Amino acid sequence: MNRTTLVDRIWERHLVEPGETDLIYIDLHLLHEVSSPQAFEALRSAGRVVRRPDLCVATADHQVPTLIDGGGGAPAVDAGGARQLLLQAGNCREAGIELHPLGSPGQGIVHVIGPQMGLTQPGMTIVCGDSHTATHGAFGAIAFGIGTSEVEHVLATQTLRTARPRTMAVTVEGTVRPGVTAKDLVLAVIARAGTRAGVGTLVEFRGAAIRALSMEGRMTVCNMAVEAGARSGLIAPDDTTFRYLEGRERSPRGRLWERALDHWRTLRSDDDAVFDREVTVDVSAIAPQVSWGTNPGQTTSVDAAVPDPSGMADPAERNAAERALEYMGLTPGTAMRDIPIDIVFIGSCTNSRMEDLRAAAEVLRGRRIASSVRALVVPGSALVKRQAEAEGLDRVFTAAGFEWRSPGCSMCVGINGDTVAPGLRCASTSNRNFEGRQGPGARTHLVSPETAAATALAGHLAAADDLV
Amino acid sequence: MKPLTALTGRGMPLARADVDTDQIIPAAWLKKTTRTGYGEGLFSQWRQDPSFITNRPERRGATILVAGPNFGCGSSREHAAWALRDFGFTAVVAPGFGDIFRNNLPNAGLVPAQVSADVAESLLRATTRDPYAEIMIDVVGRTLGCPAAGVAGAPFRLDDLAHHRLVNGLELLDLALSLGPSISAYERARAPWLPVGQAGSPGAGSPSRTGAVKAEGTEGT
Ligand code: SF4
Repeated sequence: MNRTTLVDRIWERHLVEPGETDLIYIDLHLLHEVSSPQAFEALRSAGRVVRRPDLCVATADHQVPTLIDGGGGAPAVDAGGARQLLLQAGNCREAGIELHPLGSPGQGIVHVIGPQMGLTQPGMTIVCGDSHTATHGAFGAIAFGIGTSEVEHVLATQTLRTARPRTMAVTVEGTVRPGVTAKDLVLAVIARAGTRAGVGTLVEFRGAAIRALSMEGRMTVCNMAVEAGARSGLIAPDDTTFRYLEGRERSPRGRLWERALDHWRTLRSDDDAVFDREVTVDVSAIAPQVSWGTNPGQTTSVDAAVPDPSGMADPAERNAAERALEYMGLTPGTAMRDIPIDIVFIGSCTNSRMEDLRAAAEVLRGRRIASSVRALVVPGSALVKRQAEAEGLDRVFTAAGFEWRSPGCSMCVGINGDTVAPGLRCASTSNRNFEGRQGPGARTHLVSPETAAATALAGHLAAADDLV
Repeated sequence: MKPLTALTGRGMPLARADVDTDQIIPAAWLKKTTRTGYGEGLFSQWRQDPSFITNRPERRGATILVAGPNFGCGSSREHAAWALRDFGFTAVVAPGFGDIFRNNLPNAGLVPAQVSADVAESLLRATTRDPYAEIMIDVVGRTLGCPAAGVAGAPFRLDDLAHHRLVNGLELLDLALSLGPSISAYERARAPWLPVGQAGSPGAGSPSRTGAVKAEGTEGT
């Protein structure tokens, strides 16, 4: 077939019943404790069962406390959270679904454990009641977030009725400067394209700057595709992908590995494929990025200053910027580096993997954070935590004055008790700087792990380069 | 669900762009495990301001939210749709919706009516001026009108699936009842290498049990 995009190629293979709205098969259904209890309850009261419990995998991440290691009857933070964890355990037991509960060795943020186990493979369809399911697109899978009613539908039928997404090609050209990370790259793309650029589409990221990224970097990029408004993002698999997958727990082995590989190598867009939208961004000149507003598109370079809304031509954009600056307590013209920071959070499904922790630790090694700063690092999974400890990274963090926590979503969404107090300012490696995202009244600046570490040392927004 | 062919109600304007679902229902409300009881959580941060639109007495009883572009972006939480419904809204009219939220609204029985930027602007202006301005939504014909805004028969976008279900009062799963055979046929042809979960093996994912966990962050080095 010619002129076919990667998205269409994968979509075609998953059509159960084409129609005005296609019915597609779902290869993997990931579940967390927040968006699924109502779905299980509805199934139960309708007398329905889970069709393919073997294609579901669940973990506890949003509600879990990060101050203790779990297990041994460790308490969840509050009654509501505890109840969700309990319901999840019961639902998974009853349905026969693999669950990684609090305190278990495979537990972690749902979008960290899927790839780490090798569950996330090229060409698959993956859903989860969570918008950042887009993360799994890094492997060349169609992976997107769904609502609870759709979770219920997938549990009952292992299919989803949904319109075929339109496609958008985001070509990222250039070679980034040293110290510029995948997070900076994707923030720069969103700042340029806007938070609505991808609405209604599935974005294929391509170009030299994407090819050059590791799998973990690609996950960071696809994770944030939703912040550009897209349903999801994906990247065609290549040798980097296959190297990552080879030997993982759930990766195919032996002859099946060879067969899978043969198929995976066909998963790309044709050279003359036609996309509904196309954008090209050159990232060779970008510096580390920092958000200044209340959506991820309101982002600028760490070398820049807080923008002046009065200079914005579009009245809606000006209005949004004024509102954002008021919420953020910022004055136009202030140099980004002059913004003092109270809290530094390294974690979330965007930036909590080994490469993120190693990079942050490298910046911190042998240094102490500013006395005005409280800083915490929350590994994305129990496995990441163990490996980081085996490499001694925990000691680097704690020696620098960071708190070394147990895995979970933590301060990314602030429902497990890890919140930013009203009015305080947080440099965060997470993905959303929405009003109140890290707690009511919290002010969030989105950054890379390196920038977060440098900021913790300086006490104000700073780039890792500033330290040498 | 009851079939929903037409509805009329007073419009409540919310002239902000990119209202994300964290604003519609803050995360603190995600502790609940029911599908109802979220009305109080709707815009709960913004509602602390006594002058916020939902707090104004003359706005009580409005059932159609008139919103700005990209309404409901961000998190997939269906709780946002439940909160709008529980507060008393039956439809949201906007020039654009977040992708997941657009699907969540009809699943909660609400009509997402996507209108042109011009119509949205007229509706926002009219409903801001007149708290009693009524909007008539013809779900079947996918058009709406608002005399106070001088809008009549304006088409709106509503996905075919949502349209079919709202008009006929069908739950998402109602459409799946006859699908068993085609799903089974599809399943027989799935690739043999695709991964499966390992329920009932406690410690799945544990390196000590499986011996097959690869060190993280080692690929390509
Ligand atoms: S880390 Fe944050 S964005 Fe990721 S799944 Fe958890 S709450 Fe959602």
